Amino acid sequence: MTAMISQLFLQDYWWIIVSILASLLVLLMFVQGGQSMIYSLPESDIQKTMIVNTLGRKWEFTFTTLVTFGGAFFASFPLFYATSFGGAYWVWIAILFSFTIQAIAYEFRSKPDNVLGQKTFDLFLFLNGSLGPFLIGVAVATFFTGSMFSLNLMNQVHWATRWYGLEALLNVRNLSLGFAVLFLVRINGLLYIINSVDDEKLINRSLKRLIANSIPFLLFFLFFIISLLFSNGFAADPLTGAIKAENFKYIHNFIQMPVVLILFLAGVAGVLYGIGVTILKKSISGIWFSGAGTILTVFSLFLIAGFNSTSFYPSLYDMQSSLTIRNSSSSHFTLKTMFYVSFIIPLVVAYIWYAWKAINNNRITEQEMNTEEHKY
Amino acid sequence: MTDTIDLSLVDWSRAQFALTAVYHWLFVPLTLGLSFILAIMETIYVRTGREEWKRITRFWMTLFGINFAIGVATGIILEFEFGTNWSNYSWFVGDIFGAPLAIEGILAFFLESTFVAVMFFGWNKVDKKFHLVSTWLVAAGANLSALWILVANAWMQHPVGMVFNPDTARNEMVNFWSVLFNQVAVDKFLHTISSSFLLASMFVLGISSWYLIRKRDEDIAKKSILVAGVFGLLSSLMVAYTGDESARTVSKIQPVKFASMEALYEGKRDAGLIAFGVLKDTDKKIGDKEVREFAFRIQIPGLLSVLTGGDRDSYVQGLRDHLSGNEKQGVISTPEKIERGKYARDVLLSYKSAKQVNDTAQLTAIKGVFNTSDFRDKYFRFFGYASIDKPEDVIPDVTTSFYSFHMMVILGFAFIMIFTTALVLLFRGTLSDNKWFLWMAFISIPLPYIASELGWVLTEIGRQPWIIQDMMTVSQAVSQISTGSVITTFILFAVLFTGLLISEVSIMVKQIKTGPKH
Repeated sequence: MTAMISQLFLQDYWWIIVSILASLLVLLMFVQGGQSMIYSLPESDIQKTMIVNTLGRKWEFTFTTLVTFGGAFFASFPLFYATSFGGAYWVWIAILFSFTIQAIAYEFRSKPDNVLGQKTFDLFLFLNGSLGPFLIGVAVATFFTGSMFSLNLMNQVHWATRWYGLEALLNVRNLSLGFAVLFLVRINGLLYIINSVDDEKLINRSLKRLIANSIPFLLFFLFFIISLLFSNGFAADPLTGAIKAENFKYIHNFIQMPVVLILFLAGVAGVLYGIGVTILKKSISGIWFSGAGTILTVFSLFLIAGFNSTSFYPSLYDMQSSLTIRNSSSSHFTLKTMFYVSFIIPLVVAYIWYAWKAINNNRITEQEMNTEEHKY
Repeated sequence: MTDTIDLSLVDWSRAQFALTAVYHWLFVPLTLGLSFILAIMETIYVRTGREEWKRITRFWMTLFGINFAIGVATGIILEFEFGTNWSNYSWFVGDIFGAPLAIEGILAFFLESTFVAVMFFGWNKVDKKFHLVSTWLVAAGANLSALWILVANAWMQHPVGMVFNPDTARNEMVNFWSVLFNQVAVDKFLHTISSSFLLASMFVLGISSWYLIRKRDEDIAKKSILVAGVFGLLSSLMVAYTGDESARTVSKIQPVKFASMEALYEGKRDAGLIAFGVLKDTDKKIGDKEVREFAFRIQIPGLLSVLTGGDRDSYVQGLRDHLSGNEKQGVISTPEKIERGKYARDVLLSYKSAKQVNDTAQLTAIKGVFNTSDFRDKYFRFFGYASIDKPEDVIPDVTTSFYSFHMMVILGFAFIMIFTTALVLLFRGTLSDNKWFLWMAFISIPLPYIASELGWVLTEIGRQPWIIQDMMTVSQAVSQISTGSVITTFILFAVLFTGLLISEVSIMVKQIKTGPKH
């Protein structure tokens, strides 16, 4: 059987796995979205405590997904890992920094004698919540807009700017995806709080914020998508691997992969429906639609970034150094080994689901916050 | 692989990785060990139904939670630093090295993070048995994650299960099982987790002893000492056994590291084992490297030969054997290895040149050379030596290797004594009266941390100048970014980690002073 699994199949398979992990990561960044409103959303200490605790019980899922995303990308497309992390140094270091300060903030913020003080740890949560999703959005935008690097004969990266990735912040399209991701995770954060906290005042405040965050999200997202559709992409010749620029590449990708277009549209519709049903019908189930929509949208964007002979990490400095899922992947043996390992993923999803439900069975209340021993 | 490298960039990149690793390793062993201690304590609670065991479990769980978070925080940096600071390495061996990291995420981290949430928040939400299973799964997940990262590190010490692909200019995995069951990986995993169990046991024993000194929470303290004493004694015996196995393996596959950790310059038969020694400066040199010899040592005659080769007549290779070669013992000299490495590099470069001009005849011919076992075993396995300037550069820092190894071993034996004494006194019923022992147990809390860090110092310093033994030097592996960027991030991380450590210790001390809830 092993001989029958082709390298092309395995490369596609692993791009799909990486795309799924990316889409789960963006969904789970509702934790960051909620954190970014830690100063503006609550009007009392108890509301803040409820927000921090409902988010705090999930931060590790987001964190673990980020780590696994990095690990899976490394294992399946090591040339991307080496090129992007070793070149766009500052962007990734800033992302890591923002997640490092998050990991301790929940556990330490309300503990006595924490030296730095609760205000510092809350600032850590805010910084991670705002910068983390924004910078991840900017980094992912470079999958479409390109970076300045070249690879030598030994496939070693040379980054062509002295800014080592910070130059990505000068590109309006990168910024627009960064802000779109930030506002999307804030929307999901609000929808999650509405779903998981049983407190009418807090829910009403969240509803108001929902409208205020949906408008900028739509503006930034539309700007990014429209600019994406009308921009060039880098196409790889399926036979030789040679890279050339192609007008309207991403429109072509949508047209040539109609299933991906359907997933994308369904995803956007899901997010909008999630927002709409919450605002108009005061439903607490909006997160389910918006969450599923987020997954489909991000997933489909990753597919048009890498599938259909597209360079998913284009080089504006040396076009032929651009990375595709064909030229940057691991060997057949490694991808195949990891293919077998991936069979365990459904089991992982199943136990996460089970444990999540066990903890989320009851919504968080003010009363629980007064009695819970392990409180953040 | 052929470019000139800025040495200060290499040094700062190493410093940043070392900083992250040392901080990370201040927290991880306690997580690995305490998770099992919690699981044992909670099992006693579920089986006996006695509330005090629940209280004990919850108290130690609070300390576990504080420590766990900061371990996670430092861990993410470590994983991504392979890419940010060692990108050439990440490409050269990512085909092998990436897989364990991904498996660590899929198999271990999710297990750990999912059930840690149940463990912390599930007390009143799930039934007792589900909660207990969750606690055991946290322990399993934490230790599984250690397995995979140690498999990855073991591969850097002893690269196996791969072949070099000249087209992609990287090593590619051909045998997953030989990567997983690499002898170094097996030794390293068992030695690391058992030493972590020991560390956590000393943590519990030391804090409990402090309660006994202060004559408070005595019942909880004694019960904790019972669990920690038994677990700690078993672990410390296991540490001694696996440590011996590890050293034996090092003597076979990293003989230069082994000779350095024993400060053995001249190879010999009937070599003695240094139980304790002090090194001093001398005029002697190996190449242009100064040699420090023993000012004082306690030696067990012949034991090093016996331990490594089975009898006193066995020859133990010294550092000079590796520099100058020793034909009788089958040791190739370093200059010879450098020549072979350069030949391998030249073959690779000619392959690349042929590829650029698309000379298919030449490509086929060179690929044929690459595929011969003669080329692989005699030349390419020394590929890394092509970038060695002077032969003596392959000798790691002997002083650091020697002291870190011997201090670790001495401490290891001390731990066996401490746990044995704790159990004897506990069973005799005289533990509370033995103030001197309680104080000793309390002030011993940092010692396993020191021993554990020293183990990593030996592992990593002892492997220098290699990042992958004989295949790639750290200089060749580093990301080509500006030194200023790395210095800046080094300072940022140093300040952040130190701040977090101070905060963590302060919180921990406060929680310990507050004690278990009644």
